[in-house]
Amino acid sequence: MSSPEGGPLLEGALLEARGVQVEFVTRSGHAARALDGVDVSVRRGEVLAIVGESGSGKTTLARTLIGLQRPTTGEVLLEGRPLTYSTRGLRNLRSRVQMVLQDASASLNPRQTVYESVAEGIRLHKTVASDEQARNEAELVSAAMAEAGLRPPERLFLRYPHELSGGQKQRVLIAGALALRPELLLADEPVSSLDASIRGEILALLLKLRQELGMGVVVVTHDLGLAWNIADRIAVMYLGRVVECGTTEEVLTAPKHPYTRALLSVVPEIEELEPVVLTGEVPDPSRIPTGCRFHPRCPALADGSAERAGIADACRTAPLEILPATGLHRVACHLDRVLSAQPG
Amino acid sequence: MSGATELLAMRDVHVAYRTTEGTLPAVRGVDLVVREGEVVGVAGESGCGKSTLVSTVLRLQPKDAVVSGDVEVLGQDVQTISWGDLRVLRWASASIVFQGALHSLNPVQRVGRQIAEPILVHEPALPADQVQRRVVELLDQVGLSAARGRAYPHQLSGGQKQRVMIAMALACRPRLIVADEPTTALDVMVQAQILDLLRDLVRDLGVGLLLISHDLSVLADVCDRVLVMYAGRVVEAGTADQVFTDPLHPYSQALSGAFPRIGDPAARYAPAGLAGDPPDPRALPSGCSFSPRCPRAVDRCSEAEPPLVEVAPGRPVACIRVGEP
Repeated sequence: MSSPEGGPLLEGALLEARGVQVEFVTRSGHAARALDGVDVSVRRGEVLAIVGESGSGKTTLARTLIGLQRPTTGEVLLEGRPLTYSTRGLRNLRSRVQMVLQDASASLNPRQTVYESVAEGIRLHKTVASDEQARNEAELVSAAMAEAGLRPPERLFLRYPHELSGGQKQRVLIAGALALRPELLLADEPVSSLDASIRGEILALLLKLRQELGMGVVVVTHDLGLAWNIADRIAVMYLGRVVECGTTEEVLTAPKHPYTRALLSVVPEIEELEPVVLTGEVPDPSRIPTGCRFHPRCPALADGSAERAGIADACRTAPLEILPATGLHRVACHLDRVLSAQPG
Repeated sequence: MSGATELLAMRDVHVAYRTTEGTLPAVRGVDLVVREGEVVGVAGESGCGKSTLVSTVLRLQPKDAVVSGDVEVLGQDVQTISWGDLRVLRWASASIVFQGALHSLNPVQRVGRQIAEPILVHEPALPADQVQRRVVELLDQVGLSAARGRAYPHQLSGGQKQRVMIAMALACRPRLIVADEPTTALDVMVQAQILDLLRDLVRDLGVGLLLISHDLSVLADVCDRVLVMYAGRVVEAGTADQVFTDPLHPYSQALSGAFPRIGDPAARYAPAGLAGDPPDPRALPSGCSFSPRCPRAVDRCSEAEPPLVEVAPGRPVACIRVGEP
């Protein structure tokens, strides 16, 4: 197997979620299932995009992958070993997997200099003691900042967040994560609050880090263009489940799930597709629809194509299985199953 | 289209902020017209002056801003009319849907009541049942059920709150609506819903819409004409399609390229970006203010600020290298 760039895809997942459910109890006492059985895996040096709207569970999944959220059932595995949620277990996880949160401006301490922000992780994880090149703290901070494209780093050491541009703040966060030499970086909407011209630079940086450091990247986003720009594989989420997954080419150029198709059709740059604007919003996770969870909004059910295929009842009542994280193009859709079973 | 009434006419508008470190030019000579039934977009990044420009439309600019040039709404000079006339003009002639609208609703008041507020202010004699009827009508216009009017903002999703903001803007039946980043922070599907709604309103009510966004692809989708701003100036204008698919200014080209065409093999593993940050308005580069970041810049570019010249009818571009190989 080889990646679209030509390099080999390494076997074996670095970080994996298996059958993960995350349940919250709402104030009214209802159980809201933010994640309702999710399998995803990411390998070393791979860029995986988790795509979905607000309420799809994509951020909960990212938080679960980094141990900020414990699954109600199912498990998260690091190199095949289940995570332990002890201080030591989490420390080990976070020295290898780092997360960059959504809003760069809100994630930096306004009273901390750039140097202090980047050095914080190095101190917590005692990276200086384990550095193979015996570099001191300032050298590590400097190197991480240079890698994140903050050059020359020394000139920015004593700056405060309010003195930085949006792109620079995002780079400071990435530098803080890189300083720990993670094998995997989780980035939640890394460019959604940035200007268009800066966006390309940050995405190019993520690709460069994968290339040069062999770092894996999980990027959580609602931006399909971003996924087309940098991701090897995509998992599309809807209401706590992965509804379609596969390589970026498969999912974005030959989407099979009606939800993925609808998402793609409303990307302003795509003119070939007739826009399918779904009505309503992702439902409340305390009231997951029966059968296929997408059926109340599904255009294939609304336009009668599910009826003609004789599966409209199944769409409304028969639950779909959890898609396994095999790396193959898979779709959780009754209609697709019927259509793909027909020859030709 | 050119025969339709000019709802908004801005001519050579300059806005500078007085600061302790001297004046800071935010908008430097912008011309812009919005006609009835027309959607005009202004694209640009943070700090390009687009929000400052918008604030002058209803004289909402901060006290320390100095405005020169003409800003006319329905023929009235907004910057000089009396306070009383301005009050009538706001909401009733033109209204604004602000950026960050999701946080500008009053959290402890039902949204129906908030939609009614501008009506109560402008038509105090209107009986309560008629106000209520108008609110229901407005909710319907923006695709919300009458029952939603009884909700508090926290009970609504982002898209629903944005719909409430649009209903408020429509409350006094204005002829011009200005929307500053109306879909930022919304999901793609909700964004598509809101853009559809705005399009329908323009078609059904014949209002003029001025749409501000950093996302050129959003503007390309909805607007008739688009202006691209950089460092306080318009650097290119044209039909939405021209500016998005055939941009002539190197900055517009970078903005347009920042949103890849999904399925385009050239964009795979090749995110397009632009090095550097927009210039500090206190220390604008000499000559063309885009030249330090411009991939096509030559020595001549730093000599003088390039004028906005029509390279084709309705196609002004401020770049001396347009048409050069």
